[in-house]
Amino acid sequence: MQEFLEFTLGGIATGMIYAAIALSLVLIWRGTRILNYSQGGMAMFTTYIAWLVIKDTGSYWAGFAVALAAGLVLGSVLEYTVVRRVENKAPLNAVIVTIGLLILLEGLAGIIYGGQYRSFPAAFSIKGLNIGSVGLGISPNDLFTAAAVLAAALILALVFRYTSIGLRLRATAFAPAVARLLGVRIGRVLTLGWALAGLFGALAGVLVTSSTFLYPNSMDSIFVLGFTAAVIGGLDSPVGAVVGGIVLGVVLSYAGGYLGSNLVLVYGLAALVLVLMIRPTGLFSGAATRRV
Amino acid sequence: MTDAAALAIEDLVAGYGQVTVLEAVSLAAKPGTVTAVLGANGAGKTTLLRTISGLVRPRQGRVLIDGSDLARRHPEDITRAGVAHVPEGQGVVTELTIEENLRLGGLIRRGSARAAALADAYQRFPLLAERKRWQAGTLSGGERQILVIARALMAAPRVLLLDEPSLGLAPRMVTQVMDLIRRLRDETGLTVLLVEQNARSALAIADRGLVLNLGKVVAADDAATLSADVALRRHYLGF
Repeated sequence: MQEFLEFTLGGIATGMIYAAIALSLVLIWRGTRILNYSQGGMAMFTTYIAWLVIKDTGSYWAGFAVALAAGLVLGSVLEYTVVRRVENKAPLNAVIVTIGLLILLEGLAGIIYGGQYRSFPAAFSIKGLNIGSVGLGISPNDLFTAAAVLAAALILALVFRYTSIGLRLRATAFAPAVARLLGVRIGRVLTLGWALAGLFGALAGVLVTSSTFLYPNSMDSIFVLGFTAAVIGGLDSPVGAVVGGIVLGVVLSYAGGYLGSNLVLVYGLAALVLVLMIRPTGLFSGAATRRV
Repeated sequence: MTDAAALAIEDLVAGYGQVTVLEAVSLAAKPGTVTAVLGANGAGKTTLLRTISGLVRPRQGRVLIDGSDLARRHPEDITRAGVAHVPEGQGVVTELTIEENLRLGGLIRRGSARAAALADAYQRFPLLAERKRWQAGTLSGGERQILVIARALMAAPRVLLLDEPSLGLAPRMVTQVMDLIRRLRDETGLTVLLVEQNARSALAIADRGLVLNLGKVVAADDAATLSADVALRRHYLGF
């Protein structure tokens, strides 16, 4: 019973990381119908920037803030300079361009920072919490991770729902031609979508790397799992991305805990295949027939 | 005459790829008038509207709104310059609520003007006010047509381009939509370019009419004169 509790809470905490990556993919997919394969690379790169800042200033929070800002900038710069050229081309062009960006970012990180594994600090203690003598399987840092992603997702939801920027983002996602005729500057909205995606990716990178190591390919497997979470949620739905992340985190935590942790990535891929076979539009997508 | 026009089009040439659809089309619409644009399928009516609103880039010619040339500008800039284009086939964003659809139309205006525009819209269209929190996808075809026109008005346009607003509507709704266009002209001084297959209904409310055939203007006159021209009606208007 205690194991079950530990696996569940630990799974939710890890799942929030997948949720952040999934949200970043959904933000771009909704606006542009592009799957951003470079998302993990972007997150890795901004985590290196955070690592540098933390090393120089000694302040975790300075690095945290700079990483989020760098994510915003990196996302908008990549959209504005590179991705924009392929936005209205055949889907394969965008696939190749974003994979190319991934290779470029990972190559640059290797050149600039070297390929060795580096440890990345956690915001809070990583010692497991207990209630009495019962271990909960999560640490204060896990709580922070979950709270940070939830807060970011909540702010995003409020912006989407209640601001005119959010209205522009949603209208552009649902009906770009209509939005354009009503005077919405679609290009700026798409840039903003990539900027927000860069922000969520950066958040995921900083949060997850404290429990792994930082190296040029460090986000590859996290990206695959974040992508799986996004597909579970339906790729179109921000709520689905968060729920998909939590579901995947918990399922993988049970699988790793009860079946052995060596094959977690394989279980993740199995979950992806299973979802695609049973419900290819995901659990939350209401727009399956409206593909543009 | 051109000087006084809210919308003037001079020798507009446009098309898609190798195909030329509009061959030197000209027209002038005075402020506060409805001009019906008529003609058979493929005459170039929709392309004319798409070229005015910037969705199609003209090869030659000018599109003057209150005297300034907007030809070859981007659609979002043309919208901001006071042209509202309501394309054929609705264009309601069904995933958004009715209020969100309306707000979307007013985004190009200052924050302070947006709330007033929304209040105006609800006063003019009580039906939309009653259901403002509903998803727009729940509306019927006629109600959606009302919504897209109301949404276009949120931008306080000088010129309204309407493409087949009566398409697919029940006869009673056609009458309502036509009445609405007439009232908008009379009450707000809006200049309307009305593309219609339904020539009889359109000419009934229009001040002027323009008949296109294969991308050329074959007749341009007062609506009453066009309605009375039996040969023209038989050849091009089908009533």
